Amino acid sequence: MRRRMKLLAYPYSLWMAVFVVVPLFLVFLYSITKGDIHDFSTLEFSLDSYKRVAEPLFLKVIGNSFFLALISTVFCFLLGYPVAMIIARTNQKYRNKLLMFIIIPMWMNFLLRTYAWMAILSPNGVLNRFLGVLGLAPLEIMPGQGAVLIGMVYNFLPFMILPIYTVLVKIDRSLLEAADDLGANKVKTFFRVVFPLSIPGVVSGITMVFMPAVSTFVISGLLGGGKTPLIGDLIEQQFMSDRNWHFGSSLSIILMVMILISMAVMSRMDRKGSSA
Amino acid sequence: MAKNLIELKNLTKSYNGLRAVDSISLTIREKEFVTLLGPSGCGKTTTLRMIGGFEDPDDGQILFEGKLLNDEPPYKRNVNTVFQRYALFPHMNVYENIAFGLRIKKMAADEIKRKVERMLKLVDLVGFDKRDVDSLSGGQQQRVAIARALVNEPKVLLLDEPLGALDLKLRKEMQMELLDMQRSVGITFIYVTHDQEEALTMSDTIVVMNKGVIQQVGSPQDIYNEPVNRFVADFIGESNIIEANMIEDLKVRFDGITFDCIDKGFMDNEPVDVVIRPEDLVIVANPSEGQIQGTVSSVVFKGVHYEMFVANDHREYMVHSTIMFPVGTDVGMNISPMDIQVMKRGEEPCEEE
Amino acid sequence: MKKTMKRLYMGLIFLFLYAPIILLIVYSFNSSKSRGQWGGFTLKWYADLFQDRQIKEAFIYTIVIAVLATIISTIFGTIAAIGINNMRRFPRKVTLNLNNLPVLNPDIVTGVALMTLFISVNLQLGFMSMLIAHIVFCTPFVILAVLPKLRQLNPHLAEAAMDLGAKPSYALRKVIIPQIFPGIVSGALIAFTLSIDDFVISFFTAGTQVTNLSILIYSMAKRGVKPSINALSTIMFLAVLILLLLINRKSDKGEELLL
Repeated sequence: MRRRMKLLAYPYSLWMAVFVVVPLFLVFLYSITKGDIHDFSTLEFSLDSYKRVAEPLFLKVIGNSFFLALISTVFCFLLGYPVAMIIARTNQKYRNKLLMFIIIPMWMNFLLRTYAWMAILSPNGVLNRFLGVLGLAPLEIMPGQGAVLIGMVYNFLPFMILPIYTVLVKIDRSLLEAADDLGANKVKTFFRVVFPLSIPGVVSGITMVFMPAVSTFVISGLLGGGKTPLIGDLIEQQFMSDRNWHFGSSLSIILMVMILISMAVMSRMDRKGSSA
Repeated sequence: MAKNLIELKNLTKSYNGLRAVDSISLTIREKEFVTLLGPSGCGKTTTLRMIGGFEDPDDGQILFEGKLLNDEPPYKRNVNTVFQRYALFPHMNVYENIAFGLRIKKMAADEIKRKVERMLKLVDLVGFDKRDVDSLSGGQQQRVAIARALVNEPKVLLLDEPLGALDLKLRKEMQMELLDMQRSVGITFIYVTHDQEEALTMSDTIVVMNKGVIQQVGSPQDIYNEPVNRFVADFIGESNIIEANMIEDLKVRFDGITFDCIDKGFMDNEPVDVVIRPEDLVIVANPSEGQIQGTVSSVVFKGVHYEMFVANDHREYMVHSTIMFPVGTDVGMNISPMDIQVMKRGEEPCEEE
Repeated sequence: MKKTMKRLYMGLIFLFLYAPIILLIVYSFNSSKSRGQWGGFTLKWYADLFQDRQIKEAFIYTIVIAVLATIISTIFGTIAAIGINNMRRFPRKVTLNLNNLPVLNPDIVTGVALMTLFISVNLQLGFMSMLIAHIVFCTPFVILAVLPKLRQLNPHLAEAAMDLGAKPSYALRKVIIPQIFPGIVSGALIAFTLSIDDFVISFFTAGTQVTNLSILIYSMAKRGVKPSINALSTIMFLAVLILLLLINRKSDKGEELLL
């Protein structure tokens, strides 16, 4: 009956072939062809769209996306790790409550959270009004890269905190006691015992921040204005307004490849970290 | 003569190119308590599962009352199984577990109640019907598993090492209980175990298996007293296995001495294996009164008897005796002819007796 | 000293996390439309919210799609997980890797790819395409939630059921599904959350006729502010807060925290 049970998976395999594999294949197809997408007979092989990606303007966009995502990941890490540690060390009673308050913003609609920062950072927004009250000059953060950065960190911070917390809280207290017993002070204990053990969580967190950060277009669309297009914005543009699907497809493929490579790097780091 | 209930003909099953069950043939009768005995990996569980319908044979036939069973799914076979770790349904209580099979048959509620309660009585779990199965001890879970299987009144009950997870004392109690149950219910039990003592205690017939092949089939006495090859002799009970030479019928020679024995049918001077049970080596204090001489090299008190090793130039003999001889004593040993079991050299399979 | 440092830091973090939300709540009562000034307390934005047809429509679409997608993907995913669990090593690995694609791919790629598919086969973008898209990204998570429970399952349970006379479908219903139920519930919850909150994939696959809350908010935010969004945010925040408080209370009573 094992043989018969496995048939249950075949409808889903078929579904995936149609709705996961074929679409990706189509995107790939469009990326290496030119012609009218509505009429397959007009398609002919061409690497024009990839060549276009290689143009300095667009390379800058890709580099920018990578760079911004990297910086926001770093910020999320620097801000989030201490939070994870503090919560992990808190009394059992309050821990769940604290966690809950970190999670609540995550459950709020992503767009609303981004929209809220528009209210704060816009030229007439709360921040500038506040600065005005203090007699300081208004900051032109939005629209701009700074605003996008703040938006990213805000949206993704909980995604960094949670995985690190999950790993930290499982660290056996007796390990810390053993380190103490062997003469390590708090700093040494942290760098030699706690941090290495937390690496799987850190890798998880980095993955969960970097991936969406590098591919977003909402945050950059709302907070960046037209000033700093990211890959996501470009792709959205190509598919929705410019209708240049070939170019959009090659951008998408490049984005996919970037993500796959990052994930491979991440999993290698994870393996190295856990064996340390 | 009891009817033939199950027949296995040249049954074969392989996994990943390895023959788990290698063309075995066996006949099982009504009301028989048959034990498949052997070390892990010998194919006994695979055979049982094929009878139950959980594995499909690669080759061969399974006949139930003369009819071919091979293609029938488990839910159509008139056999029920007691699994090794009981496999009780965790989200149901004792009553629901036992009633499971009856509900499928769409029996009336009061009849189900009657049968379940009769079962609870049989397995000595009256009053446990509403209990959650994970609140029960191992022995109790075991009995629920048996009740759940027996309530469907199968013609054959398959038991896959059911006592393996119980502690020693409980295991011995359950052995006797299972035997009583089988006798009172009057159906065939096919029992799988690696514990030879268990097999000797409970079975009408023992089927000794190794590496997918049946080594010997017989009653506990036959298997114990007359093992047909080295494997069976070694697996069942303690034994001294000695390489010897069959001089002629009724005479076998080993360790420089010719012994009278009761076996014949071998060729003259054929190399053979000889099995002597430790309890059959009779120690005498005066070495010259023994057929074999030696010196006691170790003594261990085992409660029921002393286990002593007596050494000479040829080998160390294992001896079980209620009389103790201290280490270093020179002693003699005697064997009566009918206690010398002669077997063909090597581990060859035999045909069913 | 250390304690106050910790408290200060956590306070700042919470300030960072909640300031925008609190701001939205405050502004939802602000009678002045401008984002800078306070014009006086008012509830008119809430009234607007309940009368706004666009928002109501978007809300209904969001909920309907979420419920349908959850039900369908949960059933589909559970059945698929059972099948996958019984596959041999190699087909199982391949299937699971395929299954992970919608999970690992950035949603913009999934959204764009699906849109490409729909347009290439001349399927009008609308309710169906959006529903299909939601099922595509929800089902893998259901499978990922159910599969571990299946692997933990005693394999002999299904055999015992069949040994006792149960046909495979009966064994599935009465033995397997009750055992993996927590996984199914987990999966359904994840699916629901993902669907309700989705923006990017819906954006590409909904077309012009159909919309959901996230798409609506995006277009509103781009064009200019509708203060009723602030009211919407407040209500959503309260809903999430109450929900999480309830869950937390349940977990305090000793059950597992559903995260």
